[in-house]
Amino acid sequence: MNLRVHIAALLTALGLGLGGLLLPQMAMAQTQVADEPLADTALEMRARALMKEVRCVVCQAQSIDESDAGIASDMRRLIRQQIAAGESDAAILKYLSDRYGDFVLFKPPLKAATALLWAGPFVLLAIGGLIIVFFFRRRPTATANALSSAELDRIHAALDAEGLPSPAPEATTPTERREATASTERRDA
Amino acid sequence: MITEIGHYALVLALVLAVAQATLPLIGAQLGVRAWMALAKPAAVGQFVFLLLSFAALVHAFVVSDFSVAVVYQHSHSQTPLIYKISAAWGQHEGSLLLWVVILAFFGALVALFGDNLPPRLKARALAVQAMIGICFILFTLLTSNPFARLFPAPIEGQELNPLLQDPGLAFHPPMLYVGYVGFSMAFSFAVAALIEGKVDAAWARWVRPWTLLSWICLTAGIALGARWAYYELGWGGWWFWDPVENASFMPWLMGTALLHSAIVVEKRDALKAWTLLLAILTFGFSLLGTFLVRSGVITSVHAFAQDPARGLFILGILALALGGSLTLFAWRAPTLKAGGLFAPVSREGALMLNNLLLATATATVLLGTLYPLILDILGGGSVSVGTPYYTATFIPIVMPLIALTALGPLLGWKRGDLKGALQRLWAAGLIAVAALGVALWVDFGKQTLAAAGIGIGAWLFTATFIEWAERVKLFRIGPIDSLRRAVHLPRAAYGMSLAHAGLAIAIIGVTAASAWKAEEVRQLKPSDSITVGSFTYVLESVGPERGQNYIAERAHFRVLKDGQPYTDLYPERRQYMVQPMPTTEAAIQSHIFGDLYAVIGEGDGKGSWTVRIYEEPLVPWIWTGAALMALGGIVSLSDRRYRVGAPSRATAAQPAVAE
Amino acid sequence: MRRLLFVVPALILAALIALFWRGLDPQRNPAAIPSALIGKKMAEIDLPGLGGRPGVKTSDFTGQITVLNFFASWCAPCRAEHPLIKSLRDVPGIRVVGITFKDAPADSLKYLAELGDPYQAIGTDNEGRAGIEFGLSGVPETYVIDKDGIIRYRLAQPLDPGRLEKELKPLLADLTK
Repeated sequence: MNLRVHIAALLTALGLGLGGLLLPQMAMAQTQVADEPLADTALEMRARALMKEVRCVVCQAQSIDESDAGIASDMRRLIRQQIAAGESDAAILKYLSDRYGDFVLFKPPLKAATALLWAGPFVLLAIGGLIIVFFFRRRPTATANALSSAELDRIHAALDAEGLPSPAPEATTPTERREATASTERRDA
Repeated sequence: MITEIGHYALVLALVLAVAQATLPLIGAQLGVRAWMALAKPAAVGQFVFLLLSFAALVHAFVVSDFSVAVVYQHSHSQTPLIYKISAAWGQHEGSLLLWVVILAFFGALVALFGDNLPPRLKARALAVQAMIGICFILFTLLTSNPFARLFPAPIEGQELNPLLQDPGLAFHPPMLYVGYVGFSMAFSFAVAALIEGKVDAAWARWVRPWTLLSWICLTAGIALGARWAYYELGWGGWWFWDPVENASFMPWLMGTALLHSAIVVEKRDALKAWTLLLAILTFGFSLLGTFLVRSGVITSVHAFAQDPARGLFILGILALALGGSLTLFAWRAPTLKAGGLFAPVSREGALMLNNLLLATATATVLLGTLYPLILDILGGGSVSVGTPYYTATFIPIVMPLIALTALGPLLGWKRGDLKGALQRLWAAGLIAVAALGVALWVDFGKQTLAAAGIGIGAWLFTATFIEWAERVKLFRIGPIDSLRRAVHLPRAAYGMSLAHAGLAIAIIGVTAASAWKAEEVRQLKPSDSITVGSFTYVLESVGPERGQNYIAERAHFRVLKDGQPYTDLYPERRQYMVQPMPTTEAAIQSHIFGDLYAVIGEGDGKGSWTVRIYEEPLVPWIWTGAALMALGGIVSLSDRRYRVGAPSRATAAQPAVAE
Repeated sequence: MRRLLFVVPALILAALIALFWRGLDPQRNPAAIPSALIGKKMAEIDLPGLGGRPGVKTSDFTGQITVLNFFASWCAPCRAEHPLIKSLRDVPGIRVVGITFKDAPADSLKYLAELGDPYQAIGTDNEGRAGIEFGLSGVPETYVIDKDGIIRYRLAQPLDPGRLEKELKPLLADLTK
């Protein structure tokens, strides 16, 4: 069962009406039999890891490792042959992307066109971090007249000893102060 | 006739929505109470008419009225009743109507239970909600009318896709929609607050239950979808970073950030502008998801088969709703009064960092989802963004977030004691290191990233327990006193603990399932066997099986553990009669530490079958974790401070021990 | 400066909407994968012929303009496009060559006997290896290869009258000029 069919079903289920379009676009090769794994376990593991990085070209969002499509099975055989022949992972990926384009690589190669894709998340994180630093620089922080944690702990301990509930963290706005007082009163009652 | 009533009700709902979007807004501006009060009956009426409309559509499906186009296309007189009903939202037009119904449902809830809201805020929020309603009702009526008739009426309908005749898939979309669409309420409150130019603790408290309710449903909806993929796809995968999945994951991440930042607004009157932005963006991501999956901009195979008017219409809604609200934000948000002060190391600081990481994680998913599209449109070539990309970017951003989740609740408000918090977590650190060590040892140190994931999960789980234990002073006071304290802890505190513990469990499950899945694919004849992990699977027999509307090949595996019988598995390969589409029904047997997973493939006609056996470590932990997270949300929702129809400012008092 | 920060979300949105608007262009096919091989030299292949016919060898392509069609008897869309492939025989100055993709020779021969055989040479690709060399994603697919053995055109779907007239024939006319 291949993922294309299932995504199609899912899309239809979500009421998107596109589902049907994805279905029989292209005929797939016939019945596929189980793959012949490489005898050498280490090589086979390398092959399997590589297969997870290669996109099945007729499927929706599936690697050739997961796909039942005929073309995926052909590519798996090819990868095993090339690994057995002593090719490096990079050479095999290049062989495939030369023929199918970067589209077959689930991990897009780093180049000018994909620089933003790879750098983006970390650049955004850095910008966000800078904004936060800027935020704390710009405004005074609540260190001036706040109680330290140790002091707070002592207050809590004292209150506990008296059997009273711990109050809210020191209220600053009038609303909060009122709330904190009100709540203590109510609990006491 | 009933169908026409449904159509008519939809038009009436539009009229009411127009009234609700305009008069209360003007009333709030001019201070005309009567106009403001109009929002309530209008919102309730709009919902009632939409419900009526939806009921009419369901009726058309139930009685198999094939003169209605969508019924003809997606139902059949012999379809089981439950799937006739679910077919009502199993297509674009009907699901859009459901979308609108849920939108109005949230509006009606606020109208009915929001009596203690300040009248202006309520009038404005309901007016904004109605504006979204107008957009989507118009969209339904103009481009996707579910009540369109066919003439002459066909005698029999086309069957609903058999793959949709699955109970999980039938009810997963409504769940997801409540999550998606419910965020509209936070959006409407945010826009109303921007119009007023005021945000305070009370505002955060009113917004919270709606956000939480949507978040719970979205959490459950996403988990159900992943689970469906897991048992139905036949190779034990549950998440593919597909655009359709990402479209629901982004609002979830944003909604999670919103839930946390709203706490800061509520407790400390800070981060107000940011929280407004999050409320706008969370619903914005819901709209974006709707656009991406309904416009055909990403997934469609044949561009011509898609009605381009639909894509343009949703893009228009997106531009109007988000453009309008973000412009309002740019104009009004800078004037919001800055709130309470706090030090970088504090609960507020930790929640800020939480927000930074969650927002970056969302942006990463957005970038990965849109990048192939962007590059294609700009003519930069064709790329695929898949799991390896997210492993390299999303995971490094989320890992510190989870580590921080353990620490945050132990920091004090305003100014926290980082050293003290870390000292209190010594046990968690110890357990995390032990878990990390075990994970490395089990796997001979091959997958360090996975080992780190297990370690961080263990860290969060233990820290969450320690935080709870400290609150009830476990072992420091008598057990009776601890119990008394435990009973009196606010529900919101339990909600947080449950959700964080659930997250920890889910992280461990996700990590183990991704890293240590074992698999064998082989041609087997009856009485052949395969050994995967510590289990041996013997293929006993393969025989025919007949269901209500399908025929199947059913295999029987005897599973042995250490030579002793352990269990029996019966995977099936089904062939539906109406549409010749083979489906796999995996046989799954769960135990605490994972699943046994067997799939039977095609036979070669010479007495052997392709058999796939998977060992899926800790997959049940993913579902358990997600369920705990949703449960945490429910418990938190039941806290009386946040109860639907939240108390007004004066009576909202509660000791803020929790959070 | 600080106010500027509040405008950023609206600006990003504007950029995205402009992008999506372009993306909704009905001329754009989001599923089309541009071939990586256009403008490149075709790979070295040497396939045995079907049923005694001449096979397909890369060296045979030099000096000739070739329409290369991958097909299989088990593929329904191939049947649908077959009359159009046959009509290519009438185009002067070109060669029509077929490759059977993962098909039993007996089935391929039956298919050709039934529908007619427009191919001057037919290679058999049982393992699908030649398919991978061409970046094939399924059958049918059609390629145009020029006199220097450079791939000039790829159609990863059944040929239809519109594409035949608007894309394929003008290209062939251009190449044979």
